[in-house]
Amino acid sequence: MNELLETSLYFGMVLSVGAYLAALWLKKKLGWAILNPLLVASILVIGFLAVFQIDYQTYNEGAKYLSYLLTPATVCLAIPLYKQLEMLKKHCVAVFAAIGSGVAASAFSVFCLVKLLGLSHEDYVTLLPKSITTAIGMGVSEEAGGVVALTVVTIILTGVAGSVMAELIFKAAGIRHPVARGLALGTSAHAVGTSKALELGEIEGAMSSLAIAVAGLLTVILVPIISGLA
Amino acid sequence: MKLIKEAALIFAVTMAGELLYTILPFPVPAGVYGLFLLLFLLLSGLIKVEQIERAGNFLLEIMAMLFIPAMAGILESKDLLARVAVPYMVIILVTTAFVMAVTGKAADFIIRRKEEKEAEK
Repeated sequence: MNELLETSLYFGMVLSVGAYLAALWLKKKLGWAILNPLLVASILVIGFLAVFQIDYQTYNEGAKYLSYLLTPATVCLAIPLYKQLEMLKKHCVAVFAAIGSGVAASAFSVFCLVKLLGLSHEDYVTLLPKSITTAIGMGVSEEAGGVVALTVVTIILTGVAGSVMAELIFKAAGIRHPVARGLALGTSAHAVGTSKALELGEIEGAMSSLAIAVAGLLTVILVPIISGLA
Repeated sequence: MKLIKEAALIFAVTMAGELLYTILPFPVPAGVYGLFLLLFLLLSGLIKVEQIERAGNFLLEIMAMLFIPAMAGILESKDLLARVAVPYMVIILVTTAFVMAVTGKAADFIIRRKEEKEAEK
């Protein structure tokens, strides 16, 4: 199987896009919050490679071109940020205070749990960017000396966990304002949480995508300062 | 032609971001430099949002799909994962719920206080 597929550069591309389409279809069909398309598509790809005993390298020979597009996609996060600048100005204090507390809460809780569970420095820096968007988080983890592959999985699982728990937490903590809900989703669960926020409403979605960029940047600044703590 | 212009602009900003990453000493990913640069270009009016919107929104729309190869890359480190799967899951669930509650509660509190003050006037 490996030898045959090695001859096609597009195998990895077809498998990735096909798996993503199948995952979107499944989400539409069943509508469960846990069926995050990225999570489902990744499980399909990993399952396919495992069942047919195909090397990751063979797959990535074609799939890596998808990864190449991540940098320009990150650059384009400037577009929603630019469009929501008015909303940002109106709730300026709340936006920055809330996202700042969220980023600090993330670092603090990761630090405490890493210490409590007796994990290593490498685990600590791998987990620190867990609540920010993957494109930024991968870079932060790499710079700090984390295991990038584990950071990516952690970030995605964080996004899915946040989306699934969101409504329960909003109810339990009494978080009612749409701006607050959007900021909470974006700061804790990045882009995956933002798709959940868009389901809740337009303001939630707008605030959540704003939080992705701001929380990402705050984390970029914070991590080099605190990465030496554990 | 229009889409090619849009793509050219976005790729050019991306490239500038990568060059900044090489030149500057900060631990900031190239994409973030590009994000700031594009935001600056939009705010200064050097680029209009209409000049990049279609290609840009397409990239944002497919962004989740672009992470699949990185996610499948876990196959390369599955031994690592086996060691940390349980503590990582605990940390993910606890800290995500905590961060969400703290952020939401802080924003809710500030906005409510502001609205109450405005109502008093």
